[in-house]
Amino acid sequence: MGTIEFIISKYNYWIYVLLMMIGFYAMIAKRNLVKKIVGMNIFQTAIILFFVSTGSKKGASIPIIQNGHGDVVSHAVNAAQYVNPLPHVLMLTAIVVMVSTFGVALALIIMIYRKYGTLEEDEIFEMSEILRLRK
Amino acid sequence: MIWQLDIIILIIVVISAIAAITVKDLLSSAILLEAYSFLMCLLWTEMGAVDVAFTEAAVGAGISTAFFIGAIYQTTRRTKD
Repeated sequence: MGTIEFIISKYNYWIYVLLMMIGFYAMIAKRNLVKKIVGMNIFQTAIILFFVSTGSKKGASIPIIQNGHGDVVSHAVNAAQYVNPLPHVLMLTAIVVMVSTFGVALALIIMIYRKYGTLEEDEIFEMSEILRLRK
Repeated sequence: MIWQLDIIILIIVVISAIAAITVKDLLSSAILLEAYSFLMCLLWTEMGAVDVAFTEAAVGAGISTAFFIGAIYQTTRRTKD
């Protein structure tokens, strides 16, 4: 297997890394605080996407056992037919944590805006210098 | 998992992520982040993770956009970058 073929066959992982780096760039380089939080959201979603994609299989269906209700299941479950549900459960928790982090960060941003009257990082720094000298 | 659908959605996801961090208006950024979340939800559905997909659709796209728009109305839409 050549190098080009290796890169193309793992295309989804490359795109996840690209998304992660877009979020990381926004967290570092953007001056606006809301843009930083949007970057954090993109970063977390890319990681969740990577973990969920590790559970998927070729030719598998969603992890619900057919005829699992009602009559007693008498046949053995063939695990190769179903997508692995363990990463799904872990990432479900991560999504809830992501949204609560987002909410707390927006609440902090509202408090910062009430104190300094701006959301740009450099303007907040200047305002804090002015407020410190005025004391 | 259909790889053609997968790669089309992944490309649109990357485009909407770049748009959400480069647009000069925070309300547009909120809507683009919502579009990003819904496309992500579509991606998880075609991977077979339906529980993650509907949690993302309800919580990631719905509630967090409502929070975001509420926070923008409390503060400002203006941004320099």
